[in-house]
Amino acid sequence: MRYLPHSAADRQHMLAAIGASSIDDLFAAVPKSVLGTFSPDLPDHQPEFAVEAHMRGLAKANHAAGDGPFFVGAGAYRHHVPATVDHLIQRSEWLTAYTPYQPEISQGTLQMLFEFQTQVANLTGMDVANASMYDGSTATAEAVLMARRITKKNKVFLSGGLHPQYRDTVVTYLSGEEGLECLSPSPEGQGDIVDHIDDDTAAIVIQTPDFYGHLRNVSALAEAAHEKGALLIVVVTEIVSLGLLEAPGALGADIVVAEGQSLGNPLTFGGPYVGLLACREKFVRQMPGRLCGETIDADGKRGFVLTLSTREQHIRREKATSNICTNSGLCALAFTIHLSLLGERGLTRLAKLNHSRAIALADMLEAEGVEVLNKTFFNEMTVRLPVPAVPVVEALAAKGILAGLPVSRLEPGKPGVENLLILAATELTTDADISALVDALKGEIA
Amino acid sequence: MSMNTQGRPTTPGGTGGAANSGPAALLPTEPLLFEIGDRDHSGVDLPDVEVPDDRLGGLRRKSELDLPGLTEPEAMRHYVRLSRRNYSIDSGMYPLGSCTMKHNPRLNEKIARLPGFADIHPLQPVSTVQGALGVMEQLSHWLMELTNTAAVALSPKAGAHGELCGMMAIKAAHEAKGQGHRKIVLVPESAHGTNPATAAFLGYAVKSIDANAHGTVDVEAVKAALTDDVAAIMLTNPNTCGLFESQIIEIAAAVHDAGAYFYCDGANFNAIMGVVRPGDLGIDAMHINLHKTFSTPHGGGGPGAGPVVLSEALAPFAPVPFLRRDGQGIELVEHVEHVEAEAFGRLTAFHGQMGMYVRALTYMLSHGADGLAQAARDAVLNANYLKARLEDLFSAPFNGQPVMHEALFDDEFLKGTGVSTLDFAKAMIDEGFHPMTMYFPLVVHGAMLIEPTESESLQTLDAFVATMRELAEDARSGNAERFTSAPVRAPLRRLDETRAARQPRLKWTAPDDALQAAQ
Repeated sequence: MRYLPHSAADRQHMLAAIGASSIDDLFAAVPKSVLGTFSPDLPDHQPEFAVEAHMRGLAKANHAAGDGPFFVGAGAYRHHVPATVDHLIQRSEWLTAYTPYQPEISQGTLQMLFEFQTQVANLTGMDVANASMYDGSTATAEAVLMARRITKKNKVFLSGGLHPQYRDTVVTYLSGEEGLECLSPSPEGQGDIVDHIDDDTAAIVIQTPDFYGHLRNVSALAEAAHEKGALLIVVVTEIVSLGLLEAPGALGADIVVAEGQSLGNPLTFGGPYVGLLACREKFVRQMPGRLCGETIDADGKRGFVLTLSTREQHIRREKATSNICTNSGLCALAFTIHLSLLGERGLTRLAKLNHSRAIALADMLEAEGVEVLNKTFFNEMTVRLPVPAVPVVEALAAKGILAGLPVSRLEPGKPGVENLLILAATELTTDADISALVDALKGEIA
Repeated sequence: MSMNTQGRPTTPGGTGGAANSGPAALLPTEPLLFEIGDRDHSGVDLPDVEVPDDRLGGLRRKSELDLPGLTEPEAMRHYVRLSRRNYSIDSGMYPLGSCTMKHNPRLNEKIARLPGFADIHPLQPVSTVQGALGVMEQLSHWLMELTNTAAVALSPKAGAHGELCGMMAIKAAHEAKGQGHRKIVLVPESAHGTNPATAAFLGYAVKSIDANAHGTVDVEAVKAALTDDVAAIMLTNPNTCGLFESQIIEIAAAVHDAGAYFYCDGANFNAIMGVVRPGDLGIDAMHINLHKTFSTPHGGGGPGAGPVVLSEALAPFAPVPFLRRDGQGIELVEHVEHVEAEAFGRLTAFHGQMGMYVRALTYMLSHGADGLAQAARDAVLNANYLKARLEDLFSAPFNGQPVMHEALFDDEFLKGTGVSTLDFAKAMIDEGFHPMTMYFPLVVHGAMLIEPTESESLQTLDAFVATMRELAEDARSGNAERFTSAPVRAPLRRLDETRAARQPRLKWTAPDDALQAAQ
């Protein structure tokens, strides 16, 4: 039991100091009928090498994205993370620190969060950002709740281009509440969301690039929303896109939520990720989650603290803006280190590189007669195959090519989506990968 | 003040002040990224490809990014220097009651970084991720065995998210039984703030239950509050006073008799894992903080992971996704429509905190069932040892009984000294210890909640005791100045939190003089 420091003699010494004859005596408050009366179907402790062998066996049963051509996106993206990022986040003082409740000895984490907030605000074109949320989907749900608190109106419209699992998360968070309307998912457009906005509308939620890869005209929607006193919530699942595309804040968004996984964080089968939430200054007291602020110490030196905690559950209990009592600190750290390394120049280049790889993918698909539905895209697009997408993807996986997401996996039973496949390219997508995909695809759909 | 090419000051600006702010060799100060970075610097080599506008729908960025970059050596130094201004469990003890900071084994990190776990996409074909589903299945098995429950929902992303999950299952169960009129949730006064916040989040009215003179919840008080419109009780066990709720079986029975459900806040499961199974106590739902109980690192505030175990009664209402085993392998059920049961929905995109599942399972296998039980027993031993060694000097509100994983003191011993709980905590920093949890639970005046965990050695505990005793004696001898001026040996002195809240500065902006210089 290598993680436990006591020897038998230590335990005896301590029991003597306590005045107890055994550790069992310390469990005196536990009813006898339930104390140690079971033998779980679980193994006993094992040496490190045995644990490692067991876990390696499980890891080997997975097909890693880097094992072959890879085109899956839909809210999680495979990007290269500089080695420096992972080295730095594994330093003890970052990895094993707790929430910075004692600011005098947590300035590393606090200054990092202040830098993170500034980067997120600048990137999204908003006034303020918080110190991160669980992920993009829960951040979207919290943004909807926030908009209802701000406007004191109930009706919320979710665009059909919102990631289906984000939509389902919002629906669950608001379960039982009235006023939530999900517009029909449509790979072709944003539908008539503008026509739905009325004086009772708290917010409309759109995603850009949307689930199907289309870029959205945020300005027109912002104008229409603001005319009726509604807020525009913009969701960004591929944060790298903001290196090339206009910031939602500059286009009129009131709240921007995003998934930050693309910077600094590996795919990890869906989590942990890092949710970003930014808004206009006047809404700051309605924000969920943690905030870090600048202040001074007793000597007048600049320092940072967690602030505006009167919004939070540990002070306000049932009147808090949210029940959230954590953030994604380590993932936010990875995000901020990666973005600091990129800087303005690097992020712009990375975004352009992603878009250029997607153009290459679209061009090669179209040259082979595959129908690409998108007029616009950043690094992801939807294609319509002449046959159902699921068996095609399975057949390609058997050949070592992970070909993308069949829309029907997330929209089961939805008419008209059976043949749709969403494909993503990133800076890691090579011409050889694209050729392998296109060749294999041709074989399946011929 | 010197400026870089964007007119950004290259030394700490604003209120920083130059006096004594130089970089002492091992106590570095560090400017902000925005003060040292440069728009033309980048630590990543990427080709500059030109892309046409025709697929961008007229949306190419025109606004400034305003994101300075650092070269790789600059970034390395910036983040290493910042890290040295952090306390961490690897540098010293964190006696934070109700937060639980224990050793974070690095084997967990090594395993979580294997490409077979780190480099897999949540939406790649299920046939290509059978190992990942195997991790989820094994973790579920461990959690159900340790708790004697019927099902587990893995997806909640933190403890409070787990509370939401458990309470949503309870709400769904009531609605399925035509009991939607139940609108009250009972929450003891000593509960974590997340409990009432979660209940309110779901539209419940929160009714507080007082603690009795022994620091626990009284079964009679619960019975008196159990009316026909009570949906659930949210109870923490072991509770935030460090005590096992000895009447918990009677409380559970009373709750069930009244047609309500029993939600248990499992934040303190580390005190009983492998020793007591919550299912045997009658709980219906309980979240388990993997980052506390099973050692996944907290990373300065997160990420957490909060799987929820569920009783037979609530199992059908677990959210998607969940696992189903068929002859071929493990299937991932992702849609409410695909469930014969009555899943209440989806709490997050994808499947939850896989990186944390891997770490927690690695830790469980390393410890084994025997090691987890011993860890719980040592955590309890350590807490009682601290209590025994301190209680002649420190006042304890609920004296005379063994505690579980944490020991609670109040500020009675500081009466008349001019030293507050906060001052005392700040003096601990000067002595090399992270302070304990302060002012929580709310049921005790000036609370000091100390949790050593099982990973602290006898030597560390003795050093902590010696420091605490010395500080208490010094406070009582009239040396208030040492406390009110503390800390003096940390990177910064006491920070002005009121100023931060009254004049919020939540992001960096160029100081005016730098702006003028740039114009």
